[in-house]
Amino acid sequence: MRDDIITTTKIPSLWRRFKDSYLWHSLKKDKVAFASFSVFILFVSVAILAPVLAPFDPYDPSSIDIMDSELPPVWQEDSEAKFLLGTDAQGRDLLSTILYGMRTSLLIGICAVLLQCFLGVVVGLSAGYFGGRIDSFLMRIADIQLSFSTLMVAIVVLAVFQASFGAELYSKLALFMLILVIGFAEWPQYARTVRASVLAEKHKEYVDAARIMGFNNSRIMLGHILPNTLSPLLVISTVQIANAIISEASLSFLGLGMPVSQPSLGSLISSGFEYIFSGSWWITAIPGLVLVVLVMVMNLLGDWLRDVLNPKLYKD
Amino acid sequence: MSNSQQSVVTDKNNGVAESILQVRNLHKRFDISGGFLDSLQFKAGKISRKREYVHAINGVNLEVYKGEALCVVGESGCGKSTVARTIMGLIKPSEGVISFKGQRIDNLSNSQMLPFRRKMQMIFQNPYASLNPRKTITETLEEPVKFHNPRFSAAQVKDKVAEVMLSVGVDPNWGVRFPHEFSGGQRQRISIARALTVEPEFIVADEPISALDVSIQAQVLNLMMDTQQERNLTYLFITHDLAVVEHFGTRVAVMYLGTVCELAATKTLFSTPKHPYTQALMSAIPRLDVKNTAHIKLTGEVPTPINLPGGCVFHGRCRHANERCKIQIPPLIVQNDGSQVACHAIEENRL
Repeated sequence: MRDDIITTTKIPSLWRRFKDSYLWHSLKKDKVAFASFSVFILFVSVAILAPVLAPFDPYDPSSIDIMDSELPPVWQEDSEAKFLLGTDAQGRDLLSTILYGMRTSLLIGICAVLLQCFLGVVVGLSAGYFGGRIDSFLMRIADIQLSFSTLMVAIVVLAVFQASFGAELYSKLALFMLILVIGFAEWPQYARTVRASVLAEKHKEYVDAARIMGFNNSRIMLGHILPNTLSPLLVISTVQIANAIISEASLSFLGLGMPVSQPSLGSLISSGFEYIFSGSWWITAIPGLVLVVLVMVMNLLGDWLRDVLNPKLYKD
Repeated sequence: MSNSQQSVVTDKNNGVAESILQVRNLHKRFDISGGFLDSLQFKAGKISRKREYVHAINGVNLEVYKGEALCVVGESGCGKSTVARTIMGLIKPSEGVISFKGQRIDNLSNSQMLPFRRKMQMIFQNPYASLNPRKTITETLEEPVKFHNPRFSAAQVKDKVAEVMLSVGVDPNWGVRFPHEFSGGQRQRISIARALTVEPEFIVADEPISALDVSIQAQVLNLMMDTQQERNLTYLFITHDLAVVEHFGTRVAVMYLGTVCELAATKTLFSTPKHPYTQALMSAIPRLDVKNTAHIKLTGEVPTPINLPGGCVFHGRCRHANERCKIQIPPLIVQNDGSQVACHAIEENRL
């Protein structure tokens, strides 16, 4: 009957919708946010492309010469042109090590946050949706978890693991252990945020309409309520990734993080710390600067996102 | 109560109308005593647990006949919406039986309820909250069609949705848009379309036009009347607008504090209201043609549903109340003109 009209309309592509959206528009207008976003994208892309971009492979012992150790960056005396940012105590090129280290740091940060997010969403969604005793039970567990500080839990777990299974096995599994520990320690943040949003959403009439259609609980929870709780999740995710990277750096600094052979930004900072008073400041300072910029950029993005997604805060 | 005394309502074709939905002695209490520790009380040296309830529905009997529009009216907080939500299975009743076409539905599990979901649908009051803000209109309308017709091809689903959208006056091309891009009236049309996607026989409409602009109310009301004719629908229509009832309703049930006090055909109710509460309600309609109408002014407030008055719930505000009204709950009794009234004064011919 009206097929000609019906078939001509198409749902615009996701990219098109993003480019038309208020989100993209406000990102372009906000200079700080746009700069942060650019820096973040730059960091993420160089981290992903580290094997292509890095002049040396810091994981390959044959490319390291101990005679090159503690060379300063190129703008200082006694430097060598092929080591742009100098070398660390083992003679590894600092630029390459930072690129690979950022990769490790971001990987740990993002994976730990994905784990937090998964646990938090499952717990928060069921607590908020089912309510009653399930809610009380799950939220008391979250309270207990929150009363332990992240670092304390991480130190205890990692130290026990290291002591009982030995440093060699630990260095192999360090990446997974860090993701697991940081992921498990901070899920209540997500659970609480999701639960609060679910409590606000579940009494809206569209949820009743879905129930009257006969949809089952999991379909209503995942297909109808969860998409409406995404904006606060997005906001805390940016901050949580930054927090996870900081936690990893702190643990590495305490010697419980990534092994020296596969340094993250944190363990790089920690390994250079011993040489800071002997004049080799760059081993600690340059990765430190990269870490600070990375975390700051993510926090600024989180601030911007929170303002944009909050309809009560109109800014021009 | 009045279960044995069923009135026989004849429809336009002069046949005995088929009953589609029966509600028998429906009660709903909401527990408001809070958690276990909140409900503990120390009295006369003993610790006891005190439970408090809001008595939202107190013994409602309704019967909806095929093809009619039964309007339920009453002031805020009288339990109209609770009746609607209980019938739709959103709330479990505390007591009583709800049956759809003779089959009991109030004690079914979600999966057992599934076949009835296609036959009974609901339209909500607030068109701004009843559509999922993250789904496009097409997504919202296609989901129920796919869910209830798993064998439909993509083209069949699309055709069905387009047909429903056209029938409520929404261009299928607008399906790519999100709910916030529509006005209140258009959203309510989309809500009606969603209810129609599963081809129901019976629709509960919970104040579907009270959130709309007056100029839009008539449009949506006429749309609902047109679809009733086209699709042979039965409505349970909840409202507090008596003008809408006069325009729309086949029969009217007047509710007060969780009970039905009068149930009659629309014309009968508007020409000869019998229950003292209905009379007061009718006298409150402003009229242009008559000057100095004798308003029946009710004194006092509606009693709290937490401490329900004994006997007739209306006795505290009724001019005709006597001692019997304070003790005995009046049942709905069929009158000579087919209407049903729950009032001792009517029964005793005092009124």
